[in-house]
Order: sequence, then C-alpha cells, then structure tokens
Amino acid sequence: MKKNLPAFLFGVIFALGLGIAGMTQPQKIIGFLDVFGKWDPSLLWVMVGAIAVHSVTYRLVMRRSTPIIGEVFSLPKKKDLDAKLICGSVLFGLGWGLAGFCPAPAIVSLITLNTPTVLFTGAMLTGMLIFKLTDRKTGIRH
Amino acid sequence: MIASILTPLIGGMLIGVAATLLLLFYGKVFGVSGVIGGLFGTPEKDYDWRIAVVIGFFVGGLLLSIFLPASLNNTVTRSPMAMIVAGLFVGYGTRLGGGCTSGHGICGISRFSKRSMTAVVTFMLSGAATVAIVNLVFGGSI
Repeated sequence: MKKNLPAFLFGVIFALGLGIAGMTQPQKIIGFLDVFGKWDPSLLWVMVGAIAVHSVTYRLVMRRSTPIIGEVFSLPKKKDLDAKLICGSVLFGLGWGLAGFCPAPAIVSLITLNTPTVLFTGAMLTGMLIFKLTDRKTGIRH
Repeated sequence: MIASILTPLIGGMLIGVAATLLLLFYGKVFGVSGVIGGLFGTPEKDYDWRIAVVIGFFVGGLLLSIFLPASLNNTVTRSPMAMIVAGLFVGYGTRLGGGCTSGHGICGISRFSKRSMTAVVTFMLSGAATVAIVNLVFGGSI
C-alpha cells in the first residue's frame, strides 16, 4: 500500500498543475482551438512549460537502469504511423474540441459534480470500455 | 500580460515535474488516457498505482475547489448530448490513438517521438476544425 503513496502525490501535483495552468477551464481549451476567433494562447504556454521541464529531466531519469519502485521502464515501443494513430487522434480532437475536456481535467473537475462534467466523464469511461471490448489486439479474449 | 503567460507556464512546469516523477518512481508514462485506460485491463494487472493517481486527481481537485475555485469554472455551454458524444469520442479516440494531450503532447514530444508529434498535430487540427464548425455552423450552440 505504501508503495503507491508517491503515485497518489504525483496525481495531486499533476492536478494542481492543471488547475494553476487554467486547463480545468474548458473555455480556455476551446479558446486555444478557436484559431479563427479570439485566440487564447494559454495551452501553448502550458505545453512549453511542461515540455521544457520534462524533455530535460526525462533524459536524466533514463540514465538509470530501473525506476525507484517499479521494476522496469515501460515506454511506448510502437514507432510506425498507422491508421489507428491518425483515426484515434482525429476522434479525440473532435471530442476535445466539442467539450474542451480531455481525460485528466475531467477527472479533476468531477469534484464540482457539474452535470456536463459528470456526463462527459461517464461517456469517456464508456468509450474506453468500448475500445477495450472491440479492439482486436487487446480486446477480451480467452 | 505577464501573469497570463506565467500561470500557464508554471502550471505546465508542475505537470512536467509530475510526469518525470511518475517515470522515475514507477517507470510509467504520465499519459492519463493510458493510466485510466489500463484500469480496464492490462497483462500486468498493475491497477494499484493507477488507482492511486486517480485518487490523487480527486484530492487535487478538492484542493483546487477550496484554494483556487475559479480554476474549476466552466463557462462553456453544451447540451447533455454534446457532452456525451464528446466523452465517447475522447474515451475511444485516446485509446485508439494511443494517447492524449499528456501522453502524446507532453511525454511523447519530450521524447521527440514522431508518433506523438503526428498525433498532436492531428488532434489539434481536429480540435480546431471542430471549434470552427461549432461556431460557424452551429453558432456556438450545440
């Protein structure tokens, strides 16, 4: 149980980062994507800040042979640009542009119990479940 | 004007720190669609750290609601159906595409991953097109 305490803390830090960055306000996401209207550059600065930090510190971490608690580093192995990547990204962008929510801000915002947020999150989990059940590679099979 | 750059920048840096810490301690990429998606089943059956992260999100949201309540303001009005459709697309699309704004956008770009850069361009274009269509075709009301 104690070995999961850091993960809990990192979730808190991530959530606070989202809130401070304004990313839990869908109007700021939609404002960023509103390239033909009044553009809100906030998300750009969020990405700059996050990538500036992570691109450097990630390399330092990867000098280790193993993580501190976990047994191995689980980095994505796929390299090819396939139809799933493109189609999945198009669909994600559609939902993201429609609601101004992506997975993390939705979960963090659930505390408000706002109906749109709850509906979105429930539907998002359903969408993930549908993928799990239908994907030929990882779908349920025995 | 400085504040409007500084808060997203600092929030983003916090997110970058959280992503590095999750990698350092658990060897996992902080791609939230993957963290949550894995709760629907992974070969390793590694659910406990994922649940810890999600609880961290809830607690982070609670802290925001107390100390930074404006961060959870949602001024976007969408019909319940739109929120459900958006959620389904985000849930299914992020799993199909293998990531979201944190997974591909922050972690993937930090690794100079071509897959992630392609995903990011794709979902940003898709998101921008969606916002444009919602505004121009539906008058911002959907």
